[in-house]
Amino acid sequence: MHTKTIAQLSQALGKGDISSEELTQQFLNRIELHDKELNSFITVTADLALTQARAADARRKSGEATPLTGVPLLHKDIFCSQGVKTTCGSKMLDNFISPYNATVVEKCNAAGMVMLGKANMDEFAMGSSNETSYYGPVKNPWDLAAVPGGSSGGSAAAVAARLTPIATGTDTGGSIRQPAALCGITGLKPTYGRVSRYGMIAFASSLDQAGPMAASAQDAAMLLNVMAGFDARDSTSVERDVPDYTVALDDSIAGLKIGLPKEYFGEGLDSDVAKVVDDAIKQYQALGAELVEISLPNSQLSVPVYYVVAPAECSSNLSRFDGVRFGYRCEDPKDLEDFYKRNRGEGFGSEVKRRIMIGTYALSAGYYDAYYLKAQQIRKLISEDFVQAFKKVDVIMGPTTPSVAFNIGEKVDDPITMYLSDVYTIATNLAGLPGMSIPAGFGNVSGKERPVGLQIIGNYFAEDKLLNVAHVYQQATDWHTKIPAAYS
Amino acid sequence: MEWETVIGLEIHTQLATKSKIFSGASTAYGAEPNTQACAVDLGLPGVLPVLNKDVVFMAAKLGLALGATVAKRSVFARKNYFYPDLPKGYQISQLEHPIVEHGTLEIELEDGTSKTIGVTRAHLEEDAGKSLHEDFHGQTGIDLNRAGTPLVEIVSEPDMRSAKEAVAYMKKMHSLVQYLGICDGNMQEGSFRCDANVSIRPKGQKEYGTRAELKNINSFRFVERAINIEVERQIDILEGGGKVIQETRLYDADKNETRSMRSKEEANDYRYFPDPDLLPVVIDDEFINSVRETLPELPDQKKNRFVSEYVLSVNDASVLTSSRDMADYFETVAKSTNEAKLTANWIIGDLTAALNKNDKAINESPVTADMLASMISRIQDNTISGKIAKEVFEAMWSGEGDADSVIEKKGLKQITDSGAIEKIIDEIIANNPKQLEEYRGGKEKLFGFFVGQAMKATKGKANPKQLNDLLKAKLSG
Repeated sequence: MHTKTIAQLSQALGKGDISSEELTQQFLNRIELHDKELNSFITVTADLALTQARAADARRKSGEATPLTGVPLLHKDIFCSQGVKTTCGSKMLDNFISPYNATVVEKCNAAGMVMLGKANMDEFAMGSSNETSYYGPVKNPWDLAAVPGGSSGGSAAAVAARLTPIATGTDTGGSIRQPAALCGITGLKPTYGRVSRYGMIAFASSLDQAGPMAASAQDAAMLLNVMAGFDARDSTSVERDVPDYTVALDDSIAGLKIGLPKEYFGEGLDSDVAKVVDDAIKQYQALGAELVEISLPNSQLSVPVYYVVAPAECSSNLSRFDGVRFGYRCEDPKDLEDFYKRNRGEGFGSEVKRRIMIGTYALSAGYYDAYYLKAQQIRKLISEDFVQAFKKVDVIMGPTTPSVAFNIGEKVDDPITMYLSDVYTIATNLAGLPGMSIPAGFGNVSGKERPVGLQIIGNYFAEDKLLNVAHVYQQATDWHTKIPAAYS
Repeated sequence: MEWETVIGLEIHTQLATKSKIFSGASTAYGAEPNTQACAVDLGLPGVLPVLNKDVVFMAAKLGLALGATVAKRSVFARKNYFYPDLPKGYQISQLEHPIVEHGTLEIELEDGTSKTIGVTRAHLEEDAGKSLHEDFHGQTGIDLNRAGTPLVEIVSEPDMRSAKEAVAYMKKMHSLVQYLGICDGNMQEGSFRCDANVSIRPKGQKEYGTRAELKNINSFRFVERAINIEVERQIDILEGGGKVIQETRLYDADKNETRSMRSKEEANDYRYFPDPDLLPVVIDDEFINSVRETLPELPDQKKNRFVSEYVLSVNDASVLTSSRDMADYFETVAKSTNEAKLTANWIIGDLTAALNKNDKAINESPVTADMLASMISRIQDNTISGKIAKEVFEAMWSGEGDADSVIEKKGLKQITDSGAIEKIIDEIIANNPKQLEEYRGGKEKLFGFFVGQAMKATKGKANPKQLNDLLKAKLSG
């Protein structure tokens, strides 16, 4: 059952070929068997999962099921889940049992989905390799020497190894798409405001967006149907109808105009990645799409802009982690200042502290205009590049990452190189646009295959178009069906 | 040297909403600690603020009443600093784009003139919680019930030149926000409190001196004392050849002194930036007009109407309109009695004295407007004299019933029967032949003696005018 898509699982559950309880138990067994080496889960909620599965079975019997009732999933540990440890990958929250559910968790629960546990992640979603997690790095199922990407590395690795049929992730600068690419799965970051951020622990509020991480575009569409929608508890969520994202999946893409930004194919792109992306684009041509060369002239500014805006917001967002009301608290503080310094100094890891310091600096009196304000101005220019591009094309394509997965430990002491692994994904967050990564082939490192992702960027609220474009490709190819041999 | 005092006030007004500015938790005062703080107020991981639309309405109302610009677009910003009773590590406030700017408020001075004080801005923000240092033996308790309570901070121009002006401004603003129904005005509970920026300069100098900010003053009496004591301190420093340093000072009411909290150098860099969790507040003319339609009659308008409609002095009208409750009380009584001047005298005189003595607000008065009205009617219809009315009033205040039942129970009804009064006068004259002789011999001062005797004999109930007339006639023989 673990090789099936959730579309297939939904059918099997519907027909009674398998119960949710049996299905859930199968995945719990796989987690038990494989996750010691992968480390993709921080918490496995086996009892809760089986309880939810039995409830889902009852609901199926009563005829009130949704398509995903009884389908297991994994939530990134950034989503607050009531009564369950919610750590955000940090020692700071190692003792935090959330008293409430994030809207995303609530919606998945309401659909009758079964939560297998909470996925490992970079601490507070700050990282591109899952190495900043307090709970240790996640391994890439394609090659245990490689990182799975980050920050949603646990979600990506678990889906790739089929320890869960599907997972949630969040994406601030590429944190869904980059690990999806590196682990060979399908990941979608929706338009900013499409999915509620309520209960999703904030990293950079103006960039954070939750989305599905799945084995196929069709699966991603099915989970997005559950996740998306206006939420009165999130002022930045958009009041706009949610279409059924599965309806347009099979639409023809004949005549589709694909924009290829020249900036995404230049220096810094590894040749094996370039080759795979090139082949994928040829496939699209064969499917009837037209290619248009475009330019996103300000795209080289997106990494520096991002590393002002995101740290600035995070330096403020993470102030609530002070040890006063919840979270890590040091022993015997001397006074209030010592209490703050040690709670935060001991509770946060080094990447989080680095970004808090960058952000604090960028917002300081005398520096605000030069950094934060300037970055916001350039952010508008970056958005404007896309506005111009979407006047000419329907979607934009390119590589998700400049290279395949790198080795664990390889970039950990070189933050700048690490930051550059998000060079193609960040602009999408700055502009608030939806973006996807789908598996399109493999590169090769020391004789081992490592996946390559094709990135598809759409116009605002064009998730249905992205999913359609991805699905049509997946109907014509089988990259998305590949599972690492050790987990097949 | 002659010094001039320069004062600007920042008034924190708690808006009278049912729920908090960014959450649905109740704002009611006095609940058990931390029972009115929801996940959002606690700053739990993942929670987000959602603006309570009522606060925008209330702030706009204030803006219109101050003749200010109500911004079509205002922006919430985060003010970042660490303190245990500040759950998120930042306060959501407004910096660059406040909702209200460029208003004015007119105050009356003691010499009867008035003065216009500029209101620089008024912005929306959330209150913090409370640190509780008692009862925790070396530890500090945190009560977050107040966290997220909506405030509008009203910042004046440095237009006031004395503590008295500052008090007049604060009182006027206190009255205005209650008129508007946007604040309960309860200063004990902290619903209305102020910080005062105080500096001095040699009289005639244009540049401002270095200011000290006096924090969190929660009564009119304290604001006056705190400013005066701070001005004295600054004069002493400057006249001793020293320099005033820019700092935040705390007023200690018990010791009647101000003391330093932190200097400018120690001040926080608040790292303000627009709150990415909240969209800019955008309002249109239609909204502003709908707010305008809800504006009540404002204190100055009411004062002018009282002068023309009830023929009161400006001074009386000013006192009566100093609070909406008092103005309403007055109008209820005056309408019922058609005796505006007498009504004004009773309210400004005996009623206010009794309220002050018992530390009660007019809406807590045991003598209700209806009770006072019927008492005044009894004065008008000669049932009682003005003097007896004081006894009736006191009895009503002590809860002995309404005017009629007090008059009845205590037998205070005025004696207006001429025959009865004459009889009493005859007796007094007969019993005091010596005084009569002296009076008739030209010692007219003794008239008062006879009046006193007659009043004593009637227990003050004789109609004063009748008694006077009859007595005069009898004495002259």
